[in-house]
Amino acid sequence: MYDTIIIGGGPAGLAAAVKAKKLGLKVLLLDENEFLGGILPQCIHPGFGLHYFKEELTGPEFAHRFIREINELNIEHYTNAYVLEIENYSDLEKKVVFSSPEGVKEVWGKTIIYAAGARERHAFEIGIVGDRVAGIYTAGEAQTLMDIYGVMPGKEVVIVGSGDVGLIMARRFALEGAKVKAVIELMPYPGGLARNVMILRDFEIPLYLSHKVVEVRGRKRVEKVKVVKVDENLKEIPGSEFWIECDTLLISAGLIPNVKLLKKIGAQIDPLNGGPIVNEFLETTIPGIFVAGNALLINDLVDYVAEQGELAALGAKEFIENQGILSRKWIELKRGSNVRILAPHYISGERDVYIYARVSRPMENVRVTFPEIEKELRLPVVKPSEMLRIKLKAEEIQKAEEEITMEVGKGEV
Amino acid sequence: MGCTVEVEVENDRVKEVSGYKCPRGKEWAIEEVISPKRVVMSVIKVKDGKLPTVSVKTDKPVPKDKIPELMKLLAKIEVKAPVEVGQVILEKPLNLDVKVVATRKVDSA
Repeated sequence: MYDTIIIGGGPAGLAAAVKAKKLGLKVLLLDENEFLGGILPQCIHPGFGLHYFKEELTGPEFAHRFIREINELNIEHYTNAYVLEIENYSDLEKKVVFSSPEGVKEVWGKTIIYAAGARERHAFEIGIVGDRVAGIYTAGEAQTLMDIYGVMPGKEVVIVGSGDVGLIMARRFALEGAKVKAVIELMPYPGGLARNVMILRDFEIPLYLSHKVVEVRGRKRVEKVKVVKVDENLKEIPGSEFWIECDTLLISAGLIPNVKLLKKIGAQIDPLNGGPIVNEFLETTIPGIFVAGNALLINDLVDYVAEQGELAALGAKEFIENQGILSRKWIELKRGSNVRILAPHYISGERDVYIYARVSRPMENVRVTFPEIEKELRLPVVKPSEMLRIKLKAEEIQKAEEEITMEVGKGEV
Repeated sequence: MGCTVEVEVENDRVKEVSGYKCPRGKEWAIEEVISPKRVVMSVIKVKDGKLPTVSVKTDKPVPKDKIPELMKLLAKIEVKAPVEVGQVILEKPLNLDVKVVATRKVDSA
């Protein structure tokens, strides 16, 4: 019987494993890939770890620091281990079934930390029709090909989506000598962090805001894609179509938390986050099953992912010691205006918590308020691409009776 | 996160800098206007390794106009496994004052 079984060997799972082991728990880490690190080994660009390690690392370097600790601490782990089933027998008895090169195995744990990450949205989910030809990739697939296997997926590329992944892949393609013909963004503003939007200027890549790709044409391989302008309601404007010739279409249309196994055992999902409903220790609605990283909500910084992994590990320890996450009462954290993503959902007021949030639309000169506890902070700018991480102190939370609302509004009163 | 800095330039010389929130922001903005630099990352071929490539980066930013030439150089070279994180792959490529270092560990096959 393990104290905690961690599903997923990306940054959330690695951080959770190291923390749980240091807290004295008996840990098992399972990962479906042949190497640990999740997507980090293919994220070869710098920009990782500024908060967590206080220095700028590449993805593989960030992963390496944790993997080194996993080995030094002798943390039991399997790679090539694909989890098929989670079963919840009682609060302190959970079974995990996984396939491995040695066959199907069953392991038992008191708690589970689910850190299975996210998946990419693909072409069929964003309304692209036309020929099903070679040359259509998600951004992550192209990244795996280029940066793990050294294969160039194409030479003339159109990228759908200006989120961080799309922009970073625009740079990778441009650096490796491909022609990035356009980045097509549905929204009227770019989807990525400011430092990544700069990439477009570096490589003189045209960005089409309020546009979408609607059709792909080609015989064996992509030959051209049809682009159309959209209005403020994201509806296509008739007559605005034009074609771009290219051999590759890269889809970078957002990530979706991977929660299949959690749903199957009845964990409640927050439809706006895409991940489960959690309390301040990131425990799902199933006692003893915790979640961290992009399976909880889509993060923009790996530093927050690692932080969530550590918090889930603390939760697992607390759960085992007290036979549950105990609290006198749970205060619900609620979305007010211009708040789209928000977690955790329930907080106790017994300890300080970090809340993670994203706005629905960009805004300047902003007031973030929590009316029930009379807390207010001001920010020069908020964007959907930048996650807000706000500390609520225990004594502040205690001022609330049943709920606390987060509101994001204009600064002028 | 970050700040928006304005740099006023007159005859290739910095006249005024405003909007920065820390000394690092000020220095970065001046450099960005006068001689922009970037850290370069890529992958290079690995011989006899568990993976066919190893990721690399320059340990310091490189002048932007030197980047295409550096990328061409990186495309040509190959290292033999095993490769350790931090291992120096190239010293002073193109006479630039940087090192190209491995950022991934690749074991021997």
